[in-house]
Amino acid sequence: MKRAVPTLIAATVGFVLVIAFFIPATQSWGETAVVWFNILAGVAFILGGGNLVKVQLETISARRKGYGYAIVTLAAFFAMLAFGLLKIGVHPQAQYPLHPWAGPHDAPSSPFGWMYEYIFSPITATMFASLAFYVASAAFRAFRAKNVEAILLLGTAFLVLVGNTAIARITDALPESLAFLRLDSIVANLMTYLSTGAWRAITIGIAIGVAATSLRVLLGIDRPYLGRT
Amino acid sequence: MSRSTMVWLVVFLLGAAGLATNLVVRPKGFGLAYVHDEPVRRVEVTVGPPIGADANEPTETKWVEAGGPELDRPNVSRTTTPEVSWIEESQVTPAKAWDEMQGDPSYRLSLKHTLGIWVAAFFTLAVLSFLWRDNPVYKFAESVIVGVSAAYWMLNAFWATLVPNLIQPLFPKFVQSWAMPGTTGEASDFWFVTLVPLTFAVMLLLRLSPKGGWIAAWPLAFVIGTTAGMKLVSHVQADFLSMLSGSVLPLYATDAQGRFELGTSIGNFVLIVGLLSVLTYFFFSVEHRGTIGKFARLGVWFLMVSFGAAFAFTVMGRITLLSERLEFLFSDWLWLIDPKGAHTAMGLLFSIR
Repeated sequence: MKRAVPTLIAATVGFVLVIAFFIPATQSWGETAVVWFNILAGVAFILGGGNLVKVQLETISARRKGYGYAIVTLAAFFAMLAFGLLKIGVHPQAQYPLHPWAGPHDAPSSPFGWMYEYIFSPITATMFASLAFYVASAAFRAFRAKNVEAILLLGTAFLVLVGNTAIARITDALPESLAFLRLDSIVANLMTYLSTGAWRAITIGIAIGVAATSLRVLLGIDRPYLGRT
Repeated sequence: MSRSTMVWLVVFLLGAAGLATNLVVRPKGFGLAYVHDEPVRRVEVTVGPPIGADANEPTETKWVEAGGPELDRPNVSRTTTPEVSWIEESQVTPAKAWDEMQGDPSYRLSLKHTLGIWVAAFFTLAVLSFLWRDNPVYKFAESVIVGVSAAYWMLNAFWATLVPNLIQPLFPKFVQSWAMPGTTGEASDFWFVTLVPLTFAVMLLLRLSPKGGWIAAWPLAFVIGTTAGMKLVSHVQADFLSMLSGSVLPLYATDAQGRFELGTSIGNFVLIVGLLSVLTYFFFSVEHRGTIGKFARLGVWFLMVSFGAAFAFTVMGRITLLSERLEFLFSDWLWLIDPKGAHTAMGLLFSIR
């Protein structure tokens, strides 16, 4: 029961989706399965939130090191949750003014929108931005032009980086007959022809890998959903 | 006093001194946000059949803008429902607000958005402080973003997915009266089908329970089965087949007039050689020796070129994000630069544009 039913569920829904692609009459089955999938994906976010609360409460109750940060996490979580769930400060939609709950929960004028604009966005953007320093630092330490492969990688990176800056304009002085030697033209050709072939091969490889893995799941050879149970 | 405390003290003192100096040289201050209040007034009307049409045609009740042109139409009449109004605010640049504030009180300083700019500046600096090393200010920002982002994605899932797809089919009248007034409020013939994902949802939430975790394998199997079914078809169609068909290119390329194009022909040849050589490198059923080995090595070179380009684009993306954050700090917060002309009319001692 613990193994057979999940395997049957995965195989059935997977093959329904495959069949729905090939037989138009069964298309609605596939659409229903996708709606159910979206519902479960939404519930997974709630599960994630619940798990976060559980872990943080455990940290606080056990007075583990850094439990103060767990309090901050919970406070931020519940504040955002309350503002968004209760739609505090949200105006109704213009066509339904008597339904205040019909307004968008993420309206910019609401406290939820405020927290998104002034807390969520700046922190995530700065976290991604700070990776620029780590990428540069890692590249400086790791990249050494000691063989053909490394030279190709570094040379291409250098050309693409320089080709997308104002410095590339110095090659604009080249006559029209030598236009293919302009930096922007070199970078464009490099991306269109040299890089594209390799990326297509990688994409084809990924597609074959995904198809093989999917088939293994549908046939019950791989059963990742069973986990440790 | 430890070295770390000393460094923090110096940083805070320098920051405070910098902010104080900035305040002195900018008579109108900095880091301020302004808004424009716009009243929204809605009235309920009954729209009858057009003039000349059959008088028995059904009428429609809807909400329109108070004082709007729709009210002047002969087949439109107001109902007895009182007018509903509220204020919508929109952010404007300080320069525009200063111009308009003299005679128009609907332009005003917004404490909410001003506080927001300072909070965003604090969190930006808090995250950047990690570049020096891990510290309590960064940890605070990290803890906040964990909580905020968990709630953000949870609420998006609730309002955008669960309400319309799960709660609405089961309780159509309730959802219509509450969150989705645009729906009919009537249950579909197959409403009971929604009980299946509801059951799966409850089973999934049982994962939080110490003993009922195994039952979550059923909905997980559904999710993984659906993903496998969708990906199997979409990857084969969108990636495998389209990439292959897109790579069947003419080696003797011509333009619209039928003239030979050397550049495109060479480019197509290079693309096909790159594709085949990289695929050869990925093909492990044959030993990479002799001609196959040399061709596979050529594939590695093509891969290196691709990785170099990808690396460059990654760096550029991060640098762009960094420049946006710096622009926020120096333009929106400190008003030291003004690339968008948002606060030039403030009588600065200096202004960089």
